[in-house]
Amino acid sequence: MNKILLIIRREYLTRVKKKSFIIMTILGPLLMAAVIIAPVLIASWSDETKVVGIVDESGFFNAAFKDSDKLKFKNLKLEINEAKAQKEKIGCDIILYIPKPAYVYPQTIFLYSEKNIGLSSKAYIRNSINNDLRELRLRNAGVSPEVIETAKTSIGVRSITLSEGGKEKERIGELEFAIGMISGILIYFFIFLFGTQVMRGVIEEKTSRIVEVIISSVKPFQLMMGKIIGIALVGLTQFSLWVLLTAAIVYSAQGVFSSEIQQIKTQELVQTGKVIDPATSVQIDRNYDKTAEVIKAMMSINYDVIILSFLFYFLFGYLIYAALFASIGSAVDNDADTQQFVLPVTVPLIISIASLQFIANNPDGPAAFWLSIIPFTSPVAMMVRIPFGVPWWEVALSMSLLILGFMATTWFAAKIYRTGILMYGKKPTYKELWKWLKYRN
Amino acid sequence: MDLLIAENITKNYANHRALDGVSINVPDGSIFGLLGPNGAGKTTLIRIINQITAPDSGRVILNGEALQPKHTAMIGYLPEERGLYKKMMVGEQAIYLSQLKGLSKAESKKRLKYWFEKFEIDSWWNRKVEELSKGMQQKVQFIVTILHKPRLLIFDEPFSGFDPINTEILKSEILKLKEDGATIIFSTHNMGSVEEICDHIALINNSKKILDGNMLDIKRSHRTDIFEIDYEPFDKSLTDFLPDEFKVLSREDYGLGKRARVKIEDDTQTNKLLNLLMKNSRIIKFQEVIPSMNEIFIKKVKEENNNTK
Repeated sequence: MNKILLIIRREYLTRVKKKSFIIMTILGPLLMAAVIIAPVLIASWSDETKVVGIVDESGFFNAAFKDSDKLKFKNLKLEINEAKAQKEKIGCDIILYIPKPAYVYPQTIFLYSEKNIGLSSKAYIRNSINNDLRELRLRNAGVSPEVIETAKTSIGVRSITLSEGGKEKERIGELEFAIGMISGILIYFFIFLFGTQVMRGVIEEKTSRIVEVIISSVKPFQLMMGKIIGIALVGLTQFSLWVLLTAAIVYSAQGVFSSEIQQIKTQELVQTGKVIDPATSVQIDRNYDKTAEVIKAMMSINYDVIILSFLFYFLFGYLIYAALFASIGSAVDNDADTQQFVLPVTVPLIISIASLQFIANNPDGPAAFWLSIIPFTSPVAMMVRIPFGVPWWEVALSMSLLILGFMATTWFAAKIYRTGILMYGKKPTYKELWKWLKYRN
Repeated sequence: MDLLIAENITKNYANHRALDGVSINVPDGSIFGLLGPNGAGKTTLIRIINQITAPDSGRVILNGEALQPKHTAMIGYLPEERGLYKKMMVGEQAIYLSQLKGLSKAESKKRLKYWFEKFEIDSWWNRKVEELSKGMQQKVQFIVTILHKPRLLIFDEPFSGFDPINTEILKSEILKLKEDGATIIFSTHNMGSVEEICDHIALINNSKKILDGNMLDIKRSHRTDIFEIDYEPFDKSLTDFLPDEFKVLSREDYGLGKRARVKIEDDTQTNKLLNLLMKNSRIIKFQEVIPSMNEIFIKKVKEENNNTK
């Protein structure tokens, strides 16, 4: 068997047999599935209705509040203090108090409740009272009720992206945002996790002093690459297991949301020709609730593109750093000494993770563009952009530069590595590392 | 025939020259001692032979060919800095290391079984290396070094870390390997440990070779023509019955008699000295003082260091 294959095999097998690997492999998908299922669950859960008792001292807003699926309103003929005291008895969760206005119209209203009131409930009440107040003022200013009625608009916004083939896809921007952020963070996490594994492995070989025995049989470069590739395969194995297990968990959880999924399927049947016809979709929109919307958006994401590019950026993002981590491991004698070298190497990674949100908010901006082209930051930055759609030439450029960058860092790291693994004793300075680069070997 | 020839090897590191035009010839089937104080450049030379590092100039010829990657399978190397993967099983690791030397898995298993039984460590096959004592780890390392039956074996400070019993086992195994046709290079600063088994030596000091050749020739050339004599004089004292050509270097009471060191002018006078002693004393011991490698080593190194000053 080829020697480098032997090394890869050892590096791979010793790691996948470890307990920590097995635990991570099981825990990962549970977390991922939770992240995917949670928004859907939350969307379908929060249907608990609350009763709002209204104490209106102004007398303006008797008809202002329409019941929603979360809030039911009833007018109380009580003083505010009585209402507060008897809240339980009269079956109210929230007391809405509109004090007698000082001038003509009220400026502030009060909400009393035991638990914190959700943002959406608050917004609903505020909007209702604002609308009513606007109507009231318009009416008092002499605008006829018909005009007021026609001036009321309610526009639903559904964003649909047009791709080159004329296909249309409904989008929720937040989801691209979330997927971009999660994959960016995952890449960062993977590079760090497996990069430090490479570094630890090199330090282990150096401190246990087995390295000299091994490099009397194989070239130092073979040993380094064998280790890097072996650990890359560990990472890919872990990632594939995560994807498979997560898919299995999500798939089985789909049963819970079967009705919503059915809804989406009927809607898709209407959209024959892949063009959403506003006239026909209005009807369906009526009973097209939030849960279905989230699931639909999830189903509309192009997962194969994301997973393939994730694999690429994971692999090469890892490779570009792994060789550097290996050279750090070779230069030092123990874990504690690594800090001084790890920080400068990982600065680009930290920059890219720090600008994560910035990139996701403006995925086509110049900062996002450059960060996703420069090899050291591109793995994280480009993964954030991919879900939003990136022109093919940018992806191609970014990928080629990343491959070139990988070859460059590996060439550079190998030179430090071959000298470093045989150096014991003092912690090297940058000046010494520079000299190592020039040794003949 | 020489199995290994290193010609005019020079190797520089950033701040110093590790080897300066060193040449050695290792005859096939010999035990070759590469001697020198710490930091002389022995390990660098060995690393060059093992292709771990390359010389700046000079060349190495192994078995008539310029040194090349395929030769790693011909060499077994036990470095001074040696170790094993601590978390790996002993057997698994031994197989891995011998596979890297080009043995098939089945063959290495078969040979390992033989050696593990011989060294009585077969019960440790499925244990982690970190559970082994240091001596046992050294045995495993030794087995792995010789398992692929290399033509050339290189041991760098092989006895460091071994207890006297294991040192003896190791020495006898090494002599057996020599009988089976292997050529062995010993690198050490501890002359005493190799004096009795080396056929040839090279002495390296301050990156330069200062002495090499057949062990007996070297010893012969370092004869001091001094004899140590234990005797009981009859009536005359030593200085009285010995003519001036015999220089008495020292004289002291020793046990029942006396001990003296006498220097002769050349070896033709040995018997004359003995005759005079027989007439005038009862001889208990008469022995030529042959310097140990250690003494030659120290003398040579001192000479060199004085020359360079």
